[in-house]
Amino acid sequence: MGSYFDKVWDAHVIRSVGEIGYLVHIDRHFLHEVSGAISLKGLDAAGLAVRNPRLTFATIDHVVDTHAGRGMTSRIPNGAEFMRELAVRSRSHAIQMFGLDDPRQGIVHVIAPELGLVLPGMTFVCGDSHTCTVGGVGAFAWGIGASDGEHVLATQTIVQTRPKTMRITFDGVMPSGVSAKDLMLAMIGKYGTASGQGYAVEFAGPAIRSLPMEGRLTMCNMAIEFGARTGMVAPDEATYQFLHGRPFAPKAALWDQALEYWQRLAGDEGSICAKEVSFDCRNLAPQITWGTSPEDVIAVDGVIPDPGHAFEGQTREAKRRALSYMGLQGGERLEGVAIDAAFIGSCTNSRLDDLRAAARILRGSRIAPRVRAICTPGSSAVKAAAESEGLHRIFIDAGFEWGEAGCSLCFSAGGDSFKPGARVISTTNRNFEGRQGTGVRSHLASPATVALSAIRGEISDTRKLGV
Amino acid sequence: MEPFTTLTAVAAPLWQENIDTDQIISAKELMKPQKTGFGEGLFAGWRYLEGRTENPEFILNRSPYRNAEILVAGPNFGCGSSRENAVWALRDFGIRAVIAPSFSSIFTANCARNGVLVISLAHDVVAALVDEIAPHQATMTVDLLGQRVRTPQGREIAFQVPALEREMLLNGLDAIALTLSWSAEIDAFQARDHVARPWLWT
Repeated sequence: MGSYFDKVWDAHVIRSVGEIGYLVHIDRHFLHEVSGAISLKGLDAAGLAVRNPRLTFATIDHVVDTHAGRGMTSRIPNGAEFMRELAVRSRSHAIQMFGLDDPRQGIVHVIAPELGLVLPGMTFVCGDSHTCTVGGVGAFAWGIGASDGEHVLATQTIVQTRPKTMRITFDGVMPSGVSAKDLMLAMIGKYGTASGQGYAVEFAGPAIRSLPMEGRLTMCNMAIEFGARTGMVAPDEATYQFLHGRPFAPKAALWDQALEYWQRLAGDEGSICAKEVSFDCRNLAPQITWGTSPEDVIAVDGVIPDPGHAFEGQTREAKRRALSYMGLQGGERLEGVAIDAAFIGSCTNSRLDDLRAAARILRGSRIAPRVRAICTPGSSAVKAAAESEGLHRIFIDAGFEWGEAGCSLCFSAGGDSFKPGARVISTTNRNFEGRQGTGVRSHLASPATVALSAIRGEISDTRKLGV
Repeated sequence: MEPFTTLTAVAAPLWQENIDTDQIISAKELMKPQKTGFGEGLFAGWRYLEGRTENPEFILNRSPYRNAEILVAGPNFGCGSSRENAVWALRDFGIRAVIAPSFSSIFTANCARNGVLVISLAHDVVAALVDEIAPHQATMTVDLLGQRVRTPQGREIAFQVPALEREMLLNGLDAIALTLSWSAEIDAFQARDHVARPWLWT
């Protein structure tokens, strides 16, 4: 019996192409100002039309400033030109854009589920590698380059090889105080960043079923850090409840018809994937990265592996190089290491649930004096919701800068950067060399771990709070 | 797209794993709303010292590798961001082929759209190839027609490229034009889908 992915795939194949390629229909295509502007420019230069503008949407997130009170501005050279290009060309092609004056603006992968623009069983692409995030609602979603974006604009299709299927079943109940982010980091740490290559990965099992939608989106967000084409969670009651009533979700009789279709897609419990993996969640600890790849991860109270013993050959060299960049040594503990800055935001961890988790820790506390701490909500709607429940006061009173929605410091965009060489604890997804600024040392962690570490001024274990 | 048939050129070894697209071209270097002119930004963080002077240690700043048209790299090459600028930077620098044990899928797709050939070989085969390359012995041949690599010492290694990708590279085919030739089938699919999944089309 075909897996959930197989059924979604089969419903979108238009024809085979060559030996192993398929022409696949794309149900939704999202553009942002960096790759989207280039795709539209290329389309216009070729004199081609957008085949289905009503299946195409755009927003501004990547290089827009995220400091409070920003305008249609970008402190990155040429950033404003990208935003202008996207706005002008979207308008000329009748593509709906959620611009900065629109309360629906935000990070693509945050607003697509929030608006009900992504639905179970859909194919969904965007010129951003973290498009797999929205697999959390049961879509087949993946990131593409600007030229493939042009191809989707012109044809509403893409040529793809059929990925193999892998299911990772997360067994057991997660201990309290650990989150979806910890679960995903631990899984990537165990199997490595290339283990998902060639696979569409389905996340399943009781620990996934008990996660809120935000947590499922966080898991699928980092499927790309596992090397997978996509990550997805087959839809269930929680998915349907989350989507029902969203602005672009189907209404009335169409909702009933869609629901019946989704339930049929998700229905086969006994389906088989080409590769089956299981992961035990029972003893999971909060996780933190120590190197320059997301697979370089340990429990927050753990010890950094010694490359001389723990790794061989080429990997040993890579891990030595990573530790040298990070200013750390094998055998050291990360808990207690001083930090210069803390960042809560990005498509991984910027949803309301993430901000609430951080606020629970921050309430009534102040961040350490020498730490710079920043929170940028994932969307203008998340920001408004957080403010309506007073979360912004907790962040601001704790000493956090409270920003506007956008990708921000995930890749030193958003008109801001950390000081060269700064040690940063961050809820983002990539700890690559220089990603958050020149020489910046990034430690990836959950919102709760980042919040507590900001208060203490050093990497800290939330389990020792006794909450 | 420039067709790719056979290439005999200098190969540069960059034997590290997980070389991500942020290293290939950083966010700072890619802020030009165009598809060309990114060669100077290639590996900028490794290639340049402060003040943008060349780092003499970096492989692509050394002779003969500064003229490399082939890159031999570690596993999981091109992981990370989907930025096509990573491929444009390699291409604009002059790299036409990358050989590695594995690649990220988005990077591979982006290469195919830009006439850059991606060749996956077994880890120990690539490691042996890296060992063969030396300053006085850095020239190798990549033959896409015969799907063979001739190493600097003259060994022949077979490789495989998916048929469609190979055909597109050999003929420099335009992917959009090819797909538009199937418009009638796309029309038919969408007409059926309006009935099967009407909620997607409102």
